[in-house]
Amino acid sequence: MSDKTMSAQEAVGRLESGMTLGIGGWGSRRKPMALVRALLRSGITDLTVVSYGGPDVGLLAAAGRIRKLVTPFATLDSIPLEPHYRAARERGAFELMEVDEASFMWGLHAAANRLPFLPVRSGLGSDVMRVNPGLRTVTSPYADELTGVREEFVAMPALRLDAALVHMNRADRAGNGQYLGPDPYFDDLFCEAADAAYVSCERIVDTAELTKEAAPQTLLLKRSSVTGVVEAPNGAHFTSCAPDYGRDEAFQKLYATTPYAEFAERFLGGDEHAYQSTVQAWQKERHQ
Amino acid sequence: MSPTPAEYCVIACAEAWRDNGEVLASPMGLIPSIGARLAKRTFSPDLLLTDGEAMLVGLDGTPEGWLPYRQHLTMVTGGRRHVMMGASQIDRFGNQNISCVGDWARPKRQLLGVRGAPVNTLNNPTSYWIPKHSRRVFVPKVDMVCGVGYDRAAAAGPSATRFHRIPCVVTDLGVFDFATPDHSMRLASLHPGVTVERVREATGFELYVPDEVPYTREPTPAELELIREVIDPSGARDREVLGAGPIPGAAGTGAAKTGAAEAGSAGTGPAKAGDR
Repeated sequence: MSDKTMSAQEAVGRLESGMTLGIGGWGSRRKPMALVRALLRSGITDLTVVSYGGPDVGLLAAAGRIRKLVTPFATLDSIPLEPHYRAARERGAFELMEVDEASFMWGLHAAANRLPFLPVRSGLGSDVMRVNPGLRTVTSPYADELTGVREEFVAMPALRLDAALVHMNRADRAGNGQYLGPDPYFDDLFCEAADAAYVSCERIVDTAELTKEAAPQTLLLKRSSVTGVVEAPNGAHFTSCAPDYGRDEAFQKLYATTPYAEFAERFLGGDEHAYQSTVQAWQKERHQ
Repeated sequence: MSPTPAEYCVIACAEAWRDNGEVLASPMGLIPSIGARLAKRTFSPDLLLTDGEAMLVGLDGTPEGWLPYRQHLTMVTGGRRHVMMGASQIDRFGNQNISCVGDWARPKRQLLGVRGAPVNTLNNPTSYWIPKHSRRVFVPKVDMVCGVGYDRAAAAGPSATRFHRIPCVVTDLGVFDFATPDHSMRLASLHPGVTVERVREATGFELYVPDEVPYTREPTPAELELIREVIDPSGARDREVLGAGPIPGAAGTGAAKTGAAEAGSAGTGPAKAGDR
């Protein structure tokens, strides 16, 4: 088995401007923030971002890296509206494909299964159809036995990704990824929908360690759909990464209330180590 | 002590889940959350509840099942669920907006996004909770149709109408439904102390008002005791109804901070609450 470990910088070094990039997690939960920070340090821009949006979207939007966003929402969970996403939308900063949470998932399923679309009921009758004029419908070839009706559905197009970024609790060097919290979110789908997937994790462990204490169904990612593994302790900060840590609510509040330029200068100027040290210093300061 | 305005709202929300059977109750916002728990504690014991994250839990918080987002979405499309969402705007046929105010292409105010509203409304019963009934919310035409109303569902055809149902809209003034020939909004009951005139003044479209409008029913002494002593002893419910009035985007999206013992510990977490 090949060793896929690499640094966040190396992972981001394989990405290019103009790519379609899927970002795992959900809202402000288990987001691959260390990889997003590495992306912010790079010059990569003009991205199509596909995400159940949280501060990943907020940061990339504030930094002007998004050309098009595919999402059902952008939220910080405990703060319902992502402030940088909101500001970017209100200044018309990028193109948006807004679909509901389920259609979004089916778009990933279609891509993972190499299908051009999957039929979904949702979207019909809503303005999702108006704001996405490219969405088409598909008619069932099967008539309902009782009514004779052949139902019409939205043909949710595959959300094929050039690359996916996700964050796990554990992974081995080959790319087998493990989540230990209550919800896998959709990180396996993101990886399977992508041509390349980069997985950061709290800790790289030996393969045998993965199932020593945890049940086999925690093994969410198979190495066949993973390209690179990055060890990034606290790498989902400030989003939650249960059970390793919860959301850093105080820091998230700081993020949400600080102008982006000021926030970036203080926290995003250096590498990941510098970020973590600066956060620690801020926390210490707060508690004095 | 006689019931407070917030307690009539709790009763009205609880009634939404009466006779629903063994389905997931997805309340968003504090008052619906107290209502769902009251319904489960009294007349709808088979309801399922979540902890706001990935677990199905009993009233004491004991996990009884796993419901990560991917399975939650199947509860939605499988129809075994009744959600009560918020609404930044709602119109006379029940079209609802939580996405943005103004032109979608460049909104005046970006709100939550469509979240789960399109999938909810086409697949499982979707009710609404609006803590501050006003013309800002009850508009002639919503800026972005997220939750699908009766007219839009009908126009979209049988696949859209097949499982579409909006049982009720509960506000701080009364209860509304769509039990009219053209499925336009009807005043179903007034909370005690509220007049038809006040409702009309706060509604930005023509509302069907029957000749005789009942009052929202009185809580039983046992229900009042449950609300006050067990479910929300800190009285957080009063802040959601009598507060300064939430911003449109946050209306009924579960953003309400809760000191409520049971509702709080059972997790009315905003993210899950926000969408579903």
